[in-house]
Amino acid sequence: MSFHPNDVARRARMSSLALGLGFVLLVGAFFKTQVIQNKQYVMQSEENRLRPIPLPAPRGIIYDRHGQVIAENLPAYSVSITAPSVDSLRSALAQLAPTLQLGQNDINLAIRRYRRAPTRPTVILADASIDIVSVLEEHRLDFPRLIIQSVPKRYYPDGPIVASFVGYTGEITESELNDPKYTSYKPGQSVGKAGLEKQYENILHGREGVRFDEVDARGRPVRGEGPRPDLTAEGAPPLYTNIDLDLQKFTSGIFADSLQGGAIAIDPSTGEVLALYSAPSWDPNKFTGGIPVEYYKKLLDDKRRPLVNKVIQGRYPPGSTFKLATSVIALENGLVTPKDHMPVPCTGGYQYGNRYFRCWEKKGHGSLSLEDAIKHSCDTYFYQLGLKIGLSRLIAGGISLTMRDRSGIDLPEENQPYWPYATEYYDKKYGPRNWSNAETLNLAIGQGANSQTVVNMAKLYTALASGGMASRPEIAHLVAQRKPIYKLSPDLQTTLLNGLKAVTEAGGTAAASALSGTTAGGEQMKLAGKTGTAQNPGGADHGWFVGFAPADNPKIVVAVLLEFGLHGSRAAHIASAIISHYLKITPIQATMDEG
Amino acid sequence: MSRPIVADYRLLTAAGILSVFGVAMVYSAGQTDTPTAVATVYKSQILWLLIGLGFAYGVGHSSVRFIEWVTTPLYLLSIFLLGLTLVIGKGAGTAASTKSWLAIGSHRIGQPSEIAKVTVVLMLAKVLANQREAPKSLLDLWKPAVVVAIPWLIIMLQPDLGTGIVFIGIFFAMLYWAGVAWPLLILIASPAISLILSFSVGLWGAWFFILLALVLWYRPYLIEGIVLMVLNVTTGVIAPMMWEKLAPYQQNRLKTFIDPTADPRASGYHVIQSKVAIGSGGFFGKGFTMGSQKRLAFLPEQHTDFIFSVVGEELGFLGVTVVLSLFLWLFLRITQVAERANDSYSSLVAFGLMSGWFVHVLVNVGMTLNLMPITGIPLPFFSYGGSFMLASWLAIGILMRISGEGRGSALSLYR
Repeated sequence: MSFHPNDVARRARMSSLALGLGFVLLVGAFFKTQVIQNKQYVMQSEENRLRPIPLPAPRGIIYDRHGQVIAENLPAYSVSITAPSVDSLRSALAQLAPTLQLGQNDINLAIRRYRRAPTRPTVILADASIDIVSVLEEHRLDFPRLIIQSVPKRYYPDGPIVASFVGYTGEITESELNDPKYTSYKPGQSVGKAGLEKQYENILHGREGVRFDEVDARGRPVRGEGPRPDLTAEGAPPLYTNIDLDLQKFTSGIFADSLQGGAIAIDPSTGEVLALYSAPSWDPNKFTGGIPVEYYKKLLDDKRRPLVNKVIQGRYPPGSTFKLATSVIALENGLVTPKDHMPVPCTGGYQYGNRYFRCWEKKGHGSLSLEDAIKHSCDTYFYQLGLKIGLSRLIAGGISLTMRDRSGIDLPEENQPYWPYATEYYDKKYGPRNWSNAETLNLAIGQGANSQTVVNMAKLYTALASGGMASRPEIAHLVAQRKPIYKLSPDLQTTLLNGLKAVTEAGGTAAASALSGTTAGGEQMKLAGKTGTAQNPGGADHGWFVGFAPADNPKIVVAVLLEFGLHGSRAAHIASAIISHYLKITPIQATMDEG
Repeated sequence: MSRPIVADYRLLTAAGILSVFGVAMVYSAGQTDTPTAVATVYKSQILWLLIGLGFAYGVGHSSVRFIEWVTTPLYLLSIFLLGLTLVIGKGAGTAASTKSWLAIGSHRIGQPSEIAKVTVVLMLAKVLANQREAPKSLLDLWKPAVVVAIPWLIIMLQPDLGTGIVFIGIFFAMLYWAGVAWPLLILIASPAISLILSFSVGLWGAWFFILLALVLWYRPYLIEGIVLMVLNVTTGVIAPMMWEKLAPYQQNRLKTFIDPTADPRASGYHVIQSKVAIGSGGFFGKGFTMGSQKRLAFLPEQHTDFIFSVVGEELGFLGVTVVLSLFLWLFLRITQVAERANDSYSSLVAFGLMSGWFVHVLVNVGMTLNLMPITGIPLPFFSYGGSFMLASWLAIGILMRISGEGRGSALSLYR
């Protein structure tokens, strides 16, 4: 080999250069990684070792007007697991299945939950029994990734009694997560699904906290105290409602198991909803944390449709309860005075064109004033009153009495009532000139193209009870909203009131539902109200009663609908009972009336 | 020897500091939150270091002529031991599926390839030193080529790509030190370069014309030139065509043959965690034994292949620079020793040993930052492992002796 010192020295120089170059390259690479990209890697290393565990926040407690609890939170145990992959989750679940008594459905559900949010602990059991929890605690070391947490669980002490307005909570769904309303929500969190729980979700849901567990590469927790301060869960403030839980219980008690329908009680001066009940009801406690399939199927298959809220969702022709609206429209337009009688006296019906329109009373009522017509609910009188008003004015009047609007009650499920928007409605439905003015007669007595929710009729009667001021029904105790929907002179208002009072007097259509109490002044306490029969082509007619008491100083408006109740007198009994209970008096129980 | 031998304290100091540093890092590597068997390996590492120091002392008191004399038998012995691994070999660490360990039953004794790294250097030095002229043609290179090829083939059969790379590095470095002209070195390397560039027709084409120009300018024997061009065409054009024809499972078999750790998920995970460990160390590091990536077992093989990641995580950029500087210092020092060695054999041995370590450092450290493939080769003086520690200190002993016998005595190097 060539080993001349000069050659060797040259090669040594070149080699040293190569060594130096290698050194500079490596040091440069480390400088980039450790100094320039340091922050990014610190973050990755934190993510590596810190396992965030969400701490669910308790939802706001819901109280009634006297501070009684409607919805609260009970401590429950949730069992969840973190997993690096679906496969590892599957094998862990297979191992846990015998201990946790997991079925294939539970396993599939857990895997779906995992796919939705792989970085969050996957809930296996939302509400584990103490037995399961103690067994798991014993085998803690075998399942290092298992997380057993005490979590708040929604509980409604009165269950089915309050279901109609309180609703229920459940795990947020995929479609809800895509809704911009729920942008701040994460998979697995619980959310209000119906009723107040849904309506006031933004108030009722607390802020989720988070605990950071330090874990090793296999997911085993290594240190007790959190390496990062916990973010404690923040409970939501309570929600105070106007509900009178005592009255609510009483109302649900009247309906019992056999009756189906709905009732709502409102304070007419403020719109505060005192009670709202739809029968039959369901148990919201069974809905919390996943609806059991069998229970849900039972509710769906029930012919009495418990999942349809009869107060805010069911729509029924208002029948005779609507005659007050007809009266208001006629009086407001100056088409009738309290003394006026209609041209044709009631002989059990009214001939209009080539059709004969019956009055409910075959014997006929004779010639009546407005007050008596209301008392006896005379159809013949109101057919002619309707003709006097005319269809256009009748429709417009109904619209200004909010017969086409939702009542605005603070529940998300309320349906809009049906009422024609104009005479064009009939042109569109039947074709121009294919319908007759007979529709006017039907509308005037609360039939025809008119379907109202119980809550909307109650709202109409809050106006009747307070000289035209309609109150928006409010369950939560917020700011009352009242709006005049008609304007009548005090005389005319008195006429209407007298008519309504007469309904429960001797000879009225609900005489048996009169109240027995006395006012502070020693006078007989009067119930003002109107019965109604909603014709039901599918079966027995529905019975209505909408009224208020005490008649001269109304404290409570009650609307009751009994499905297949045939006639309003039974509904009137229920309303009378609710009012008596609320005003702390005993109703007179008498024989059933016709009407 | 009439002249007194003066110990090369700089060499000793550099290697000593590196070794002590290394033992400290092996200790730290064992400090995990969930204790494992790694917690106590630093004790055996100290034992190996002491044995290594004893070896170095012994070799340091022999002579270069004696070392040269035992070169051939040692070389043959290491070939025999390497061959034995193919029969009774076992795997370990990131290369668990390979057979680089000699084992009786389940008890692993040692890695002959570590010793072979030293004996191949010695043998190569002897062969090259015996050639009066520097090799000028490919034919002249057959002897040194055979010296490296035999152990290299055995190692590739284990298979241990990392060690194979080290041998190739040593081969080229020693040819360079022996005075082989750089065009010839490029010609030797050309088929491999063709293979690497074969994925792109354009790149390979460009390379082929450069090679053609080089052949015409350097003018090797005609037959050599033709063979070289044919080889390049084979590796650059025909090999990829053959590769395409292979079924995927056959391709996978070949891939695992070349890289036993080719499980992309596993090795990818290792490198990511290593980068996270190093990157999160920052400038000053998380403190000795305090690395969270290591403590929580995110860092794989933290006491062997990835020990430098522990340095990066716990001692930061500062620690990394100190360790790399120590290596640079040691390597420059050995280059000086090679430069001033008394004869060509000693000079070649010194440079060969240094180049072996250099490849180790480059590949191992580069691997922790994902700059190099994961080949599972250890970091000298740091990675836990008896055979390598022994071999390294044996090499230090040889270097001390060469330095001592060097021209103008070791003292003259202190200028």
